[in-house]
Amino acid sequence: MFDQVKGFSTTFRHLFQKPITQQYPEYKRPVYPRFRGRHQLHRHDNGLEKCVGCSLCAAACPSDCIRVVPAENTPDNRVSAGERYARIYEINMARCIFCGYCELACPFDAITLGNDFELSEISREALVYTKSMLLEKPALRTPSQAVDPYDVPAQEMERVLGMYDITTATNPEGAE
Amino acid sequence: MVDGVLATIIKSFVLVNVLMAFFAFMTWVERKLIGRFQVRYGPNRVGPFGLLQPIADLGKMLQKENMVPEGARVKLYMVAPLIAMTCAIGAFGLMPFGGVATIPYFDYQFHLYIADTSVSLLVVAAIGSLGFYGLMIGGWASGSKYALLGGMRAIAQLVSYEVAFTLAVIGVIIQAGSLSFVAISDAQMPLWFIVPQFLGFLVFFVAAVAESNRPPFDLVEADGEVVAGYHTEYGGMRYAMFAAAEFINAITLSALGAVLFLGGPNGPFLPGPLWMLIKIGAFLFVLIWIRATLPRVRFDQLMKIGWKVLLPVATLNLLLTAVAVVYL
Repeated sequence: MFDQVKGFSTTFRHLFQKPITQQYPEYKRPVYPRFRGRHQLHRHDNGLEKCVGCSLCAAACPSDCIRVVPAENTPDNRVSAGERYARIYEINMARCIFCGYCELACPFDAITLGNDFELSEISREALVYTKSMLLEKPALRTPSQAVDPYDVPAQEMERVLGMYDITTATNPEGAE
Repeated sequence: MVDGVLATIIKSFVLVNVLMAFFAFMTWVERKLIGRFQVRYGPNRVGPFGLLQPIADLGKMLQKENMVPEGARVKLYMVAPLIAMTCAIGAFGLMPFGGVATIPYFDYQFHLYIADTSVSLLVVAAIGSLGFYGLMIGGWASGSKYALLGGMRAIAQLVSYEVAFTLAVIGVIIQAGSLSFVAISDAQMPLWFIVPQFLGFLVFFVAAVAESNRPPFDLVEADGEVVAGYHTEYGGMRYAMFAAAEFINAITLSALGAVLFLGGPNGPFLPGPLWMLIKIGAFLFVLIWIRATLPRVRFDQLMKIGWKVLLPVATLNLLLTAVAVVYL
């Protein structure tokens, strides 16, 4: 009987606590440093694309969502640093499982997975990302700037980052 | 018909609409409170503080396809939610919200209840029991094994708690010497019946929770354990009507508890309807609190509590009351 009273008092006390819910669209929780979100195609410092259209990413992709059509660089149309460049580079985000194999397969570090996770669209067609979309820099969501008292994972991340100083290592280009 | 036919019709219209509005508001209150009990916000997106959530839910329910499962008894399938809903609202007609009120400037006097008969309590019990047909017919007419079993489960629970419920209420009747709600609430003018009838109140309350299918006795539906029960095959507005009937039943039982044990509309300073609202609100808050705290009981535990605990206690309470009324 006393246990029941204790249970009721516990729930009653919770009634006056501040809710710990993170209100999503207003508050976006920081992700872990190695979070795999939307891909980014990288450029060299001189503006040329790193991708040479070798299609190794498409070969490595387990869900077959990458489509690469290469073309030769010409002196008046030089897009990439190598012999060839990707004339068409498409990733179908509806199929992508964000495994990161493309990142591992790429011999030139031309493609990496970023922090973007808000990829919803109304139509399937809109989920096929073209090369120009992939060349855009993804939103940076690591690490958390302000430590949220309720966000235990973020606090843990802060601690780990403080220990190893790996912030810049995971975002070679994105971190400014 | 205390006030003549036209006045009664107008009062009924007002009561039904106020009741539906109160029900919609209470669904919001319940979700909000359950949220806060679980240290989250509850609905807060639609309108200020999520207050328009019930309207959004209504809009969603109304848009649903009008679906009848194969093998259903179509007419009965259609009618079952209506039965449940009608009975849930109907029982409210006898609840007293005060004595005589006067409309200023017109000097028109009317009663703050739709009807007061000498057998009000029996009528409410009868209408409430009639509502069980809605569940049973709904379960049977769906043409589905799950719905049929769910309906049977509902009836088994409701019937076994109806016995203890009625026995607990008889104590109040003996002490008040009447079945009329107005007479019962007036009989507890100095002292609410919750004090002398405390045993009866406990039995009444537990049985009321079980009868309104609310946690921890909600194994009629037991969302997440067994299929939804008698309304497995219902969708859209018909499902909403079953859910509404269930919640309005909880409101009705709260009003009944307020009338039988908490002095009904009588109270100092505030007018009768407000007192009823406060008392109904208190009951509903406790119901929500219980839902936030207690885990669901097993079916055999449910039956055990009903027949082996509540029934003997109610009988004991009845005996004690009878002895006290006769010899004191």
